[in-house]
This record gives sequence, C-alpha cells and structure tokens, in this order.
Amino acid sequence: MSTISLVQRRRLNSKVWIALCGIFAAGVAIVLLLIMGYIVREGVSAISVPFLTRLPRPTGVSGGGVANGIAGTFIIVGIAAVMAFPAGVLVGTYLAVYSHRRVAKSLSFVADVLAGVPSIAIGIYAYALFVEPFRHFSALSASFAFAVLMIPLVIRATEGAIALVPRELREAATALGAPESRVVLKILVIAARPGIVTGLLLSLARVTGETAPLLFTAFGSQYWELNPGQPMAELSLQIFTYAISPYADWHAQAWAGALLLIVAVFILSVLARLSVLFGREGRHGGTA
Amino acid sequence: MATGEHREEEDLTDTGSHGRKATRRLVLGAALGCTAWYGTMLAGAPAALAATQIVGAGSTFDFPFFSKAFYDYTEKHPDVTVNYQSIGSGGGIQQFTAKTVDFGASDVPMNSAELTRAGGPVLQIPITLGGAGVAYNLPGIEKGMHLTREVIADIYLGKITKWNDPAIAKLNPGMKLPDMAITVVHRSDGSGTTYIFTDFLSSVSPEWKSKVGTNKDVQWPAPSSVGGKGNEGVAGLVKQTPGSIGYVELAYLLQNQMTYAQVQNKAGTYVYPSVDTVAAAAATKPDVSSTNFSIVDTSCAQCYPISGYSWVMLYKAPADPTRGKLVKEIMTWLATDAQPIAKTVDYVPLPENVQKTALSVLGEMQ
Amino acid sequence: MTERAMSAAAAAPSGAHARTLRSAERIGSTIFVGALQGSCWLFLLIVGGLAAELIWGARLSLKTFGIGFLWSSQWNPVTEQFGALPFIYGTVVTSVIALVLAAIVGIMSAIYLAEFAPRRLGAYLGLLIELLAAVPSIVYGLWGLFVLAPLVANWIGPGLQDALGFLPFFQGTIYGVNMLTAALILTLMIVPTITAITRDLIIAIPMRMREAALALGATPWETAYKVILPSVTRGIVGACLLAFGRALGETIATTMVIGNRPVISASLFAPGYTIASVIANEFTEATSDLYLSALIELGLILLIVSLIVIGMGRLMVRLFVR
Repeated sequence: MSTISLVQRRRLNSKVWIALCGIFAAGVAIVLLLIMGYIVREGVSAISVPFLTRLPRPTGVSGGGVANGIAGTFIIVGIAAVMAFPAGVLVGTYLAVYSHRRVAKSLSFVADVLAGVPSIAIGIYAYALFVEPFRHFSALSASFAFAVLMIPLVIRATEGAIALVPRELREAATALGAPESRVVLKILVIAARPGIVTGLLLSLARVTGETAPLLFTAFGSQYWELNPGQPMAELSLQIFTYAISPYADWHAQAWAGALLLIVAVFILSVLARLSVLFGREGRHGGTA
Repeated sequence: MATGEHREEEDLTDTGSHGRKATRRLVLGAALGCTAWYGTMLAGAPAALAATQIVGAGSTFDFPFFSKAFYDYTEKHPDVTVNYQSIGSGGGIQQFTAKTVDFGASDVPMNSAELTRAGGPVLQIPITLGGAGVAYNLPGIEKGMHLTREVIADIYLGKITKWNDPAIAKLNPGMKLPDMAITVVHRSDGSGTTYIFTDFLSSVSPEWKSKVGTNKDVQWPAPSSVGGKGNEGVAGLVKQTPGSIGYVELAYLLQNQMTYAQVQNKAGTYVYPSVDTVAAAAATKPDVSSTNFSIVDTSCAQCYPISGYSWVMLYKAPADPTRGKLVKEIMTWLATDAQPIAKTVDYVPLPENVQKTALSVLGEMQ
Repeated sequence: MTERAMSAAAAAPSGAHARTLRSAERIGSTIFVGALQGSCWLFLLIVGGLAAELIWGARLSLKTFGIGFLWSSQWNPVTEQFGALPFIYGTVVTSVIALVLAAIVGIMSAIYLAEFAPRRLGAYLGLLIELLAAVPSIVYGLWGLFVLAPLVANWIGPGLQDALGFLPFFQGTIYGVNMLTAALILTLMIVPTITAITRDLIIAIPMRMREAALALGATPWETAYKVILPSVTRGIVGACLLAFGRALGETIATTMVIGNRPVISASLFAPGYTIASVIANEFTEATSDLYLSALIELGLILLIVSLIVIGMGRLMVRLFVR
C-alpha cells in the first residue's frame, strides 16, 4: 500500500468523521427546532399585550395575564443570582487555583454531587430553613433554593474555564512580581471570562423553568407582589398550575408562558454571546 | 494606584479593555434598568399591598373553583385578598399542620392520626363536589361504552386483559370490540381522584379491598398498568395509547372532549358522569361529615357511583383572631353564596343540606 | 505559591512607597484568600445542611426499614411497606443511557460547531443549542408524551426490536411511555449542557495548537480528535458529570414519560420509575409520617447514588486520562 493511498484514506476518514459531527449537530438543532416549533405553535396565539401586563384572572374571565409572574421571576432569579454568582465564582476559583490540594478535589466532588440532588429536595431544604421556622412563605426562600441549584453549575464552569487559561500566562504574571490575588483576579478570572459567563448563563437557564422547589417556598400568588419577604408569583409556577388545569384558555396561557421563558433565555444567551464576542475582538486587536 | 493597577493588568493579559468596558457597560445598564424598573413598580404598586392577605393551600382539584370564587370575593371586598395555591391535598394538610397557611384544602378529610398531629381542634367543612369519569381509547368506538362496576374492578385488578373479553362484550352487544390488550392507566401522583376511585373499587370488589385497599396512592395490581402525572398526564396517556383505560376528574373530562364510559350504578342504570348525576349521588347522603364522607357506589337511579366531596380545614381557635374572623367570613360565603359559581367551571355545587352542615361546623369557630 | 508571589512582589520596588504598597498587597491578599476559603466553608455548610436535613427527615424510615429499604421492591402506601430498589434501578438505567447518548452526540456536535462549521453558522447553532437548556422541564415532558412517546411506540421501538430483539433489553410489549423514552428525553435535556461547555472549551484553545498539528500533516479530523480533544478531556468529563447529575435529579419530564411503575424489568420498552419522579409524584400528597420519611430517604439515596456514580467517574478519569 503506497503512502498516497494512506494519506487519501486519512483524508477520507477525516471528511467522514466531520460529516458525522455535522449530522449530529444538525440533528440536535432539528430536534430543538421541533420542540420550539411545538411551543410557538401552542403559545403564540395567547401572547398579547394584556397577557404581559395584566394580573391572572380565573378561568372563564378573559384577558388575564402573567405580569406578576414575570416580575416575580425577575426578582426571585435576580436575588438567587446575587447569592449564587459570587459564592460560585469564588469557590470555582479556589478549586482551579488550588487544584492540587486534597480539599479542592473533595470540594469539586461535592459540587458534582450537589448537581444531582433533585430540585424538590432542595425545595424541602429551603422550606425547612426559611419557611417552617417563620411560618411564612417568601420569595427569598425560593431564591435560596435557586441559588443552591445554581452554585454547582457556576463552580464547575468557573473551575473549568480557569483551568484552561494557559499556564504560561499565570507563570509570567507571577514572575513579574504580581501578587497572587492580582494574578487570579486580574488575569485568570478575566481570561476565563467567556467560560464563566457561559456557566452563569447556563445556571440561569437551569433555574428559570424550575417549578418543584417553588411549591413550598415562593408559593405563588394571584396578586401584584414585589416584596421578597412575601409569597410571590413566578412564571414557571404559573405555567405548572395552568398546565395541570382542565381549561383550554389556561393551557394556552401555559404555552404562552413557556414561550416567554424561552424568549427571556434567548435574550440572555445573546447578551452573553455578545460579551464573549467583545472580549475576543479585544484580544485579537491586542495580538495583531 | 488604581490607574497603575489598570495599566499593569492590560499589559500583562493583553485582554481587550474595550471588550471589558462593553461588558461592564452592558451589565451596568442592565442593572440600572432593572433597578429603575423595580423602583417604578414599587412606587406604582396598587392598593393590593395594603389589603389583608389570607393564605390557603392544598387540593389541586379545588383550585379552578377557588380561583374564580376568590376573584369574585376580592371584587366585592377590595380590602381582602385570598391567595390560594394548589400544592396538593397532602401538601395542604402538611402546611395547615405547620401553621404556614390560614386554611388548608383536601379532597379527603384529615384522619384521626393527622388530626392528632395538628396540635389543636380542627374544623373540616365540605366545600365542593366532584367525580371521576372512566375514559378510554379504542379506535372506532365512540363515547358511551357500558361498563359495570365489577368489570371496572376486574380490569384494574388485571383479571380482564382484552377488550373483546366476553364480560365486556356482553355489556355492549352492538359494539365491535377489538382483540386488543387493555392498558390500565392510573394517576402516579397521590391524588384525591385516586382516593375516590379506589374507594369505589373497594366498595364494589372485596378482592380489591383486601388486596389493594383505598388510598390517595396504592400499589396497582394490573401487570399492564402505567401511571401518568396529574389529570393531564392520565389524559395524555389515554390519548396516546390505543387500548387504554383511565380515570379522569369530571371537570377535566368535560372540558377536554374525551371518550368516556357510562358506568352502571348500584341501582342498575348506566349513567354518564355529569354535574347532575354527581349531585344525585350526593343527595343520597344528607348527613355527611368529616368522619363519614364516602358517597361512592350510592344507590339511586341517577347516581353516578364515582363521586366525592372536597374539604376545607380550619383551626377552631386560630392564633390570630382577627384573621380567623375574616377566614370564617370568607368560608361562610364560599360554602353558601359562592356555590353557584362552581357550576360555571364544571364543579358540582353543594346540596342545600350540606351547605347547612358546613355552616353549623363553621359556627363552632371562635 | 503565596510566599513566592509575595517575595517576588517585595523584591521589585523599594523605599517607603514600596512598603505601603507591600502592606496593601498583603492585606489585599489576605482578604482575597480569606474570601476564597470563606466561600468554600459556606458552600460546605450549605451542602452539609442539606445532607443533615435529609438524614433528619429520613430517620423514621431508616429506623423502620433499616438497610433492607435498599433492596426491597415493595412500594405500598396502603400497608406502608416501602422499598427503593425499583426506583434506584430506573434512575441509574435511564441516566446512564442518557449520558452515553448525550456524550456522543454532544461532544461530536461541539467539535463540529467549534472547529468545522462556518463561523456564523457555528455561532447561531451554538446559541440555538443553548436555548434547549432553557426549555422548562414540563415542556419537555409534554412534548415527550405527545410527540416522542408515539414515535417510540410505533417507529423507534419496533425498529430496535427488529434489529436487536434477541437482547433482553428490547423484548416484550412496547409501551409508548417507558424507560427508553425517558432516557431519550433526558438525553435531549443534557445534550445542551455537554455541547455548550465542550464548545466553549474547544474555542478557548489557542489557534497555534491547531496550526502546529496541521503543519505536521494531520488531517482536520485528526487535529480535532487527537490534539484538541485530549487537551480538554478533563473539562469534558466535568461537563458530562454535571450533565449526569442533571439526569439523575430530573423530575417532571421523566415523570411524564416513564410510565411510573415501580417494577424492575430488563426490557427498556417496559414502564419504570425513577427516584426523583416518585418524590415529585407522591411528596405533595403524603401525609403519614412514615410515608413522608420514606420519600425523604429516597432523596437521601439519590444523593448517595450520585455520590457513588460521580465518584466512579472521577476514579476513571484518574485511571485513564494521562
């Protein structure tokens, strides 16, 4: 067998594998489009200005909306992000910087395990910590549950992204006399930002749409409520309640709500991508 | 020092400062926007914040009726809002016992063990009525198949496994029943509907009573059984699976154009589940109470045999008397004047005598 | 490391200014390390609290059934006989299948998106795939029930049975709702996690690695498979473990399509049950103490199952990677 044919075979091999990868990517995209199409078909007719700006109304009374659920989702997820992001990024940074330490290894193991705890169990936990002692449901307790769900994702993303920063960068900075805190904060974390941002985004996506932990924490509400110390409406909770009801108008609202959640996360994704894009352009400009 | 730091980091990392600035601007903008939005919302928050909020939780079955009723109540009394959330009957009892809610709602009244845990005298009032229909999916066969109580029990016991079984064929002489395996569908989540259905099966079949029993969730004996979550899960499975049979709550059945059976009652008539036939079943038991509440398998010509009440739980002496007084007012209204609302959402209004029972129980509240 | 950095910093400047700088740096460093360690402690506290809460909630069930809970396959709420085996089986089987499928599909898609797709297309598809992660569980569940389940019952199931029917996993009556459908839905749900993270990892690899490999005569696929991929193995394993955790704990979607039958059967076409599903199904309706406690013990078991499985995953990394 000549060398030429070996090269040809390798080239062919390469093309086949790349095509296979492309097919898989296309397959995933097609299934996604099918699911999205399903939601859009079911939901788009129910989305309207009143749907976005009004409070829920009972079945049989037309013109209800999910304004309070939208507000509640922002508040609950926002507070959860404030709790989870710093904690998650700090722990993730620790794990990446001190990856050789035994403590770091066990901590990162714990993070993986936490990611497997069913959300309803975390709901029970938040309930036991915040609701039962005060005999009062609150949005804050839901935020705590969400934060616990988000932290392992943020940790893993941060750890992975920092571990990927070229070793030389860190060594060079250290050799130049930069103290460790600055090496980590200004070099590792900044260089790893795209990965961290993706992680934050995925963690946000993960919790928007979570219902189980909300039943016993945020509790839900038909009213306009913005005080995080009170029971609060949340979009996915409303979707859940409407989806399990017998009425067609509520089903339509549930689908519209699902569509809304997806649009929200779509915007989040675009924002995150934009920030990554800006970061990369800057880097290219620097090296050019 | 700050500027020095900044320059140093740029030199070291070569990461684009303009990318970072853009991100910072974006984040800052988003944060400012959110804060401004939140501020406006808080400032513009309507008087609802000033209203007293009564909180209740429990049965998912009650939710559509309650949501309509409490909506009307707040329209009449703008200073009171009632926040009822459907977290499940068991959840309602738990939350009621933990005193995180002002009232609980359940499709099955609390039993003695649960009452002991409640740590104080509890009042339980019947609040609405419902039933379960037997839905099926047989290609080419319309709604209205005749099924006797015994046949339903045998299907759920796994003793009848084919649709063309002589026992079913005998009841439906004109029908071309296919040679198809029966898939038995049940609720996988614990539910009041399951309680009513298993209560019905226990009262018609001694074998069911001894082997399986009555509960919100049981160990389903039929080898071909699958569980769906919620009414919509059961309905979805029945729609998806040719040859399946499942029980679905009345309002769901009526709203979703499902194919369902006429069930023979104790008196021998075949009846459809409906607001009227369930009400007829309820009428046979005037002296309903939280310890004697079963209205399955009643005997009258128009009685639908798979029917049951739903309940509201209150503390006899609430911790906060002013809230307690308000709850009592709301419940009095709900058990009487609000009952006509039930019919508009396919629920069955309480018979007059049961309304009276509810009122007399409410009268004990301090 | 810390000392080295500190002395390096100390060596550079001199004089009074340097001294204040140095002490400022020292304080900064102390705060920084303190914040890192503090957050780790906080994290441990939260997880420890969770475990403690689950153990406390499960104490009644632990006392009543003891270790036998693990291999009893009875689940009878009427007689209050509870056992966890069918749920453990269903959880592990569906999650493992989902992980294997999702890892293959996800990693290959990520390679395509990051390395071979036209730049714009890659970016758009990447964005789209991330959206999959945002679809609420209940939507996956409904879609699975109405679209995927009939597909499995009428096409995928019979096809597999024709091809591989001699294996016990593909025998028997094909229900639409079964372990295979659940595994497929889980696959769909975790593919975005694996794809998104892997894609980011690959994109972050310096261009010169590719240039070097190509210059040495490697084909594009060899570059991706033998140069790029090995350098991100650890990250990918992390992503897979994360996705696996998600599959283990997923609740609503599985519940809608698995059939919820607490019976162990070898066939993937038979209905099954998972731990998270049974908790979601029955937690809100259980009122007896023992019943609730048994459900919470299931939560505890899920924690331990993920502990074991993830532990094994990590062990494999240590044994086989490098």
